[in-house]
Amino acid sequence: MLADFTRGERTGALVILGTMVVLGLAMAIAGRHDLLGIHGWIVFGISLALTFGAIRQLDLPEPSPERLSEYYDAPTRTGLILTLIWGVVGMGAGFWVAALLAWPEMTFDVSWLSWGRLRPIHTSGVIFGFGGNALIATSLHVLQRTTRARLPDALSPWFVLIGYNLFCIIAASGYLMGLTQSKEYAEPEWYADIWLVVVWVVYFFIYMRTLARRKEPHIYVANWYYMAFILVVAILHIVNNLAVPVSFGSAKSYSLFAGVQDAMTQWWYGHNAVAFFLTAGFLGMMYYYLPKRAGRPIFSYRMSIISFWGITFMYMWAGSHHLHYTALPHWVQTLGMAFSVVLLVPSWASAGNALLTLNGAWHKVRDDAVLRFMALAAIFYGITTFEGSFMAIRAVNSLSHYTDWTVGHVHAGALGWVAMITFGSLYSLVPSMFKRERIYSQKLVEVHFWLALSGTVIYVFAMWNSGVIQGLMWRTYDETGTLSYSFIDSLVAMHPYYIARAFGGLLFLLGALTALFNVIMTIRMPAIGMAPEARGDLPAEPVMQAGE
Amino acid sequence: MRVYTPLEVAGRNIYLREGCYACHSQMIRTLRDEVDRYGPYSLAVESSYDHPQLWGSKRTGPDLARLGNKYSDAWHVTHMNNPRDVVPESVMPAYRWLLRDQLKTEDLGDHLRAMRAVGVPYTDEQIQFAAQDAYGQANPDSPEASGVAERYGEATNIRTFDGRTGPLTDMDALVAYLQMLGTLTDVAHTSETAEVE
Repeated sequence: MLADFTRGERTGALVILGTMVVLGLAMAIAGRHDLLGIHGWIVFGISLALTFGAIRQLDLPEPSPERLSEYYDAPTRTGLILTLIWGVVGMGAGFWVAALLAWPEMTFDVSWLSWGRLRPIHTSGVIFGFGGNALIATSLHVLQRTTRARLPDALSPWFVLIGYNLFCIIAASGYLMGLTQSKEYAEPEWYADIWLVVVWVVYFFIYMRTLARRKEPHIYVANWYYMAFILVVAILHIVNNLAVPVSFGSAKSYSLFAGVQDAMTQWWYGHNAVAFFLTAGFLGMMYYYLPKRAGRPIFSYRMSIISFWGITFMYMWAGSHHLHYTALPHWVQTLGMAFSVVLLVPSWASAGNALLTLNGAWHKVRDDAVLRFMALAAIFYGITTFEGSFMAIRAVNSLSHYTDWTVGHVHAGALGWVAMITFGSLYSLVPSMFKRERIYSQKLVEVHFWLALSGTVIYVFAMWNSGVIQGLMWRTYDETGTLSYSFIDSLVAMHPYYIARAFGGLLFLLGALTALFNVIMTIRMPAIGMAPEARGDLPAEPVMQAGE
Repeated sequence: MRVYTPLEVAGRNIYLREGCYACHSQMIRTLRDEVDRYGPYSLAVESSYDHPQLWGSKRTGPDLARLGNKYSDAWHVTHMNNPRDVVPESVMPAYRWLLRDQLKTEDLGDHLRAMRAVGVPYTDEQIQFAAQDAYGQANPDSPEASGVAERYGEATNIRTFDGRTGPLTDMDALVAYLQMLGTLTDVAHTSETAEVE
């Protein structure tokens, strides 16, 4: 890695790592009577190992100036592998917690194996580990190709990638120890949150600095989506995680907001995490890789811009649909419902735009599992956003809320949309990133596709069934005007669906393992000697560089 | 609304630690079947000291907003230790370590101080005696017990919770927390606006 760094960047890397070693040690000492201390030692250990690694490479010759005539893809390559590793971890944890709901004895009297501690490993593992790494890796690739400019330096993308994964490790290890703020999808404690802000700001500046040096006058729509993702996630993350720590030696903090204000803040965050992390970022991915793979221009570029502003503006207001019939003021619920329903317009505009782009390329969808992943992702995006608007209607929500229907909806989006577009983009990116002629086995991609599709369908159907049954059982009265079913009756009715759901998840996990194997085997294939210009993959005017 | 006792705060933090909120809501909606099943619907004031709120988003298990004093302490201890001993069909994990692990109380004053910083009206005295009050609440015959009633009101549950006197366990704290849920104010029971949809 350090071979790519200039002398100045190597010094910078050592300064950063040295600071982190000191910070880790300070956390370990200040938190010696607390779980914070363990995180201090983790930060200390990782930073120290990286420092030693850096020192060993310190005297490597400086990179040749010719590197500036190529894009800088090393962080993307590492990010793609991290995406798959986190994917397997997160989906593996998901399968396990799904199985625990069918066979609860598998906790084995080990606290960190209990459902409540493993569940955030699943959610953070797939959202932040798998999704986040995929977004960072692809965004750095798309950014350079669409601006025809190399990344501004070598240090900052590595800082973002390693720093972000350190955040993920702190988050996941914290959950096992029971460290959580309890805010869904914002569980990590205050020190991890502060660290993520630092990483995120650097990420945003990579984007800004590269755009400022762009050789392509127009800023392609994919970059708009990626930038909205980075900027809005920063805002959401900072506001929702405002908290007062018990002390600087304690991992525990108390949220600034309480009760109804906190619920509104949390679900403003929660729904916009869906909107800007799991939608905007992945739409950026879709708008680059899908037309590229299909060999077709976007059906309507104008529509992609209009739906961008539609999504950006309207999602911001939709969060209160998570709080129908609660103590949140009625008018706020209504506002959230109204915006959620209108959101269907830009959502379907995006899904329709993707599918219409495939007109003239449907034969490729038939023959190429990679493109089929992306086409299916667009279909699931359309299905899920329709379902989302529907469930946001107050009367529908009275049945669906608190039930497995919500879980099914989330997974239609997460498996069908987010993971499918990621796998499609990843398969189309891996050969060129690693300079291999092709993916190791197209047949295995095909196998993965069918595992992913059948897994998703089984999962979602199981949860639709269980959710609606649950919702109906809870509200059924007999002729004497008393509730017909006890809560436990509804739980017993869920058992077969919980087994089916675990099975669907297992299929999806097997698909992710297939992808990991396929990518590893691709990397082990001999590299092709084709010069980059032969693939039309060169930044413009390469002599202009950082500090120009 | 009374504030949480230090033992209840500790119990609430165990509830967070174990991720209970992922399966149990604490928000009864304004729907007839919910009111019939769980009790009067939740009012905003009832979670106004909750930093953060634990309204939840999923009911794999039932709502807990009005769980307090509905079951005996012994039921809760048995249920936590192995839910299937009292509810054979339950899919809840067995939290056997709660009875084994000793509760950390020495920093409870810092916890109360942090909560005061975000707006919970704890007095200096409550902060000063936090660790002592935690002990007293689960040891009704100890000299520390009287201070709990004095500082948090006569209605506060002062019991052995885990069935044993002496050093506190995580179970003491969690049961104290669960037995308090929905009992901090009776406004939901007396309110005129009991209309449901």
